[in-house]
Amino acid sequence: MKRRLSILLPIAALLLPGAAWADLPMTYLITDGPAANPLAHLGWGLAGLSVFVLLFIAFAVLIGIWRGRKNWPTDAAGRPKLMRGANGMPWLAIGLPVSIVLLFGSAVWTFFTLAHVSKPPQDPAITLDVTAHQWWWEVQYRHYGQKQRTFVTANAIHVPVGQPVRVRLISADVIHSFWAPQLFGKMDVIPGQTNITWFQANKAGVYRGQCTEFCGLQHAHMAFHVIAQPPAQFHQWWTHQLADAKQPVSPAAQHGEKVFLHHCAVCHTVRGAGGPDILAMGKMGPDLTHLMSRKYIGAGILPNTTGYLAAWVENAQHLKPGVDMPTMDLTNRQLLDVVAYLQTLN
Amino acid sequence: MAEIPTYRTPEIIRPDESYLEKLEKMWSDKPGLIGFFSTVDHKKIGRRYLVTSFIFLLVGGLEALIMRIQLFQPNEHIISAHLYNELFSMHGITMIFLYAMPVLSGFGNYLWPLILGQRDMAFPRVNMFTYWVFLLSGIFLYIGLPTGNGTDVGWFNYVPLAGSEYNPGPGVDIYALGIIFFWISIAAGSVVFIATMMRARAPGMSISRIPIMIWGTLTANVGLLFAVPSVLLVFLELWLDRRFGTDFFDVAAGGHPMLWQHLFWIFGHPWVYAIVLPAMSIVSQCLPAHCRRPLVGQHWVILATILTMVLGFGVWVHHMFATGLPVIAMGFFSAASFIIVIPSAVSVFAWVATIWTGRPIFTTAFKFFAAEIILFVIGGVSGFMTAAVPLDWELTDTYFVVAHIHYVLIGINVFAVIGGIYHWFPKFSGKMMSERLGWWNFWLMFIGFNVGFFPMHITGLLGMPRRVYTYPAGLGWTWSNMVTTIGAFIFAIGVGVFVFNVVRSLKAGAKAPANPWDADTLEWTTSSPPPHYNFGVIPRVGSMHPLWEERLRMDETGKTILDEGPALDEEHEMFGTTIMDGDPDVILKEPGHSFAPIIMALLLAGMFIGMLLEWWWISGAAVIAMIPAMLYWFWPSPEVGRAAEG
Repeated sequence: MKRRLSILLPIAALLLPGAAWADLPMTYLITDGPAANPLAHLGWGLAGLSVFVLLFIAFAVLIGIWRGRKNWPTDAAGRPKLMRGANGMPWLAIGLPVSIVLLFGSAVWTFFTLAHVSKPPQDPAITLDVTAHQWWWEVQYRHYGQKQRTFVTANAIHVPVGQPVRVRLISADVIHSFWAPQLFGKMDVIPGQTNITWFQANKAGVYRGQCTEFCGLQHAHMAFHVIAQPPAQFHQWWTHQLADAKQPVSPAAQHGEKVFLHHCAVCHTVRGAGGPDILAMGKMGPDLTHLMSRKYIGAGILPNTTGYLAAWVENAQHLKPGVDMPTMDLTNRQLLDVVAYLQTLN
Repeated sequence: MAEIPTYRTPEIIRPDESYLEKLEKMWSDKPGLIGFFSTVDHKKIGRRYLVTSFIFLLVGGLEALIMRIQLFQPNEHIISAHLYNELFSMHGITMIFLYAMPVLSGFGNYLWPLILGQRDMAFPRVNMFTYWVFLLSGIFLYIGLPTGNGTDVGWFNYVPLAGSEYNPGPGVDIYALGIIFFWISIAAGSVVFIATMMRARAPGMSISRIPIMIWGTLTANVGLLFAVPSVLLVFLELWLDRRFGTDFFDVAAGGHPMLWQHLFWIFGHPWVYAIVLPAMSIVSQCLPAHCRRPLVGQHWVILATILTMVLGFGVWVHHMFATGLPVIAMGFFSAASFIIVIPSAVSVFAWVATIWTGRPIFTTAFKFFAAEIILFVIGGVSGFMTAAVPLDWELTDTYFVVAHIHYVLIGINVFAVIGGIYHWFPKFSGKMMSERLGWWNFWLMFIGFNVGFFPMHITGLLGMPRRVYTYPAGLGWTWSNMVTTIGAFIFAIGVGVFVFNVVRSLKAGAKAPANPWDADTLEWTTSSPPPHYNFGVIPRVGSMHPLWEERLRMDETGKTILDEGPALDEEHEMFGTTIMDGDPDVILKEPGHSFAPIIMALLLAGMFIGMLLEWWWISGAAVIAMIPAMLYWFWPSPEVGRAAEG
């Protein structure tokens, strides 16, 4: 009994908070797009079959232990007598063919699912280049034929609802894996080869994703978000992203821009910032041209609020030890002003 | 029996006191430390393997507990990311390499000659050498961790993260060289097991009479021998890339990181089968005695064991379903991964049928074996789920897979091993283990294990990735991680009770009779513990179940003879037998105690330490010193040799 309880309890415990599926952004049991839905169906099916097999064998063992106790003679030493026992071969003779049929059915279902999801339902209109870095995601939107509509952002992937999106996966350093469970299964990001995957969001909303191939010290902190928007809103966002950063207005932000150009621009790009003698064109870190259009900083780990932004700028090493972003040696004034400047980058 | 064609014809005797005394003196080790370092007794080797691997299990378990404390709550920072990464790497390396296989080698070394009705393994000094190499390579693998230089990129060690550009420290070098060192032990051990099975069985033990435990270990060791080339190649390539700038894995120079993954899993997956098949054969061997009937379909189970190993070489890509391989190729490997379920199902059905049609006695050993069946099914069906390529794209690298491997490795290996210890402890030590402590041991381990590891399936289905040193709140992962940590500690207490039971039973256990379980095979015909020479006269085997054949009247033609046989009492003598029929065709003279094995192992250690520190003169000196050491090893001696007929 204890054994069965120990198995059933966690399942029951899953179902109780299960009322709040919406609070489980990383589960792939509930999915939201044609690249993931067949996977979830297959998952429920095979999991159901698995639970059935487990219960069958577990009960067979328990009943087997119990039923043998009757009508078994004892030997001279007082222990149950050694006997040849009844013929047990029917277990194999029936069990194996049944297993083979179930396995064959599962394999066929698997192959149909594989064929079904390996291609998008229609040719995607949008192709993204996602470059995985230790430990963040660079996202390049390409518009083939219209080069001026190409731009770069980071860690937040906007897509139009109801349209498939193709993703080309490039590694800047080590192997990563690209995964947003409610939209698509994993695809590794491997140096030396460009893997291609696709997905489509059926509903507007924010989906969470995360790197799932161990990629070093801060593998745990390499998340991203997929923001699915109605197509019109999406294209509006795209157009907005193409614009250069506005010139800061307030004196604090103007001072902040100077600080930024001297301390941050070697790694970060802000298109349109700076003057003829100095530009913010660094490529080591994320493009910050429209930083405030992103809900999270630090690769999906911290909300983009004034407090976290200031803490990150001042001492990213404390929040994400080992990240390339160094601890900045700024005065209080400089820190406040550079944050004020960053917050103009909407 | 009289016409055994050897260089002399031993007379048939019933052993008397003086004969046995002579044997005991002949097979005993030298006293004290000299004996400790020079013994080649397979029983001592087996015990050392068991104890050493169990110490590694406890160390690996301690590492796991530290990680579980860190994961008890979200955003916990009790240990640093670097230390966590070192711990999960060493936990994997320890459990997979330094515990799982050596513990089975321990059973194999102790039990094989006893089950085969022999006095020792085929090559006793090579056998001893494998233990010393295992011990020294285990220490070698651990030299980095205490100084903060442990490898921190996992036992899977993917390049380029494990390359010198992203991991310049010595951790990965220790791992690469340490594994090459360790595999020398595995390769040599495989040769010893295979040669023993083929040529050193008791007379009359034809191929169809070999007990099932032998088959599991043998199959695993044949598999390991086939896996040796890829493991040595891949770790050597990595070390050359790191230290000499070769370009096996460097994309910029035409190499490719996928080469590492293919070669690694070509050995890595068969390794998984190698560390479960002998454990499954422990269950197949022991369960029948506690169910009071022979195993159902025993020849089917043996064939299924071999088939599993063969198929096990054709499924490695299922570790790589998300690497962007062609869909059609993944389809083949997916199908192979489904097919490999079938031979596993043979074992499960055979065990269930044995319990169903038998009369189980609720011993602690039986409890562990029955639990093993259920845990195996859980680990099996979760493996079946990951065999489905598209579903694996969601499951892989989440905690679902962590749950899967622990159900497989703890469920099949640890539960079978602990059950096996309860079963064979009387033979190992001459003492019975406490059944009362056994009750606590079993239920703490079984409940703790399921409370700890079953929720990991759910953590995985809720999307938590593996190998993260902490996780955010609000993703639904918190409660299941808490439960897992609690379960892990209950499990650890259960393991503690086991260790206590072993220590206490060694000191104060009841004296064990020769055959406390009324089991079937030859190891139960000798005293508990066995004398140094194992058998006064080598038994003549008549069936697969020598001690049961009369009572069961199995369909066997032969009759096992235990109490009389040829007198083999001139130095370390035993029979060499033919592969298929088990007919004795030679008297083997086995080598006795020797320092050669430990000297060779120490020289190897010196060579690897030199390679690690790049102090080439040390490596060179060690290699040169191996020449006289080999001469010492192979020096002809009057009491050692293999006398052919005539």
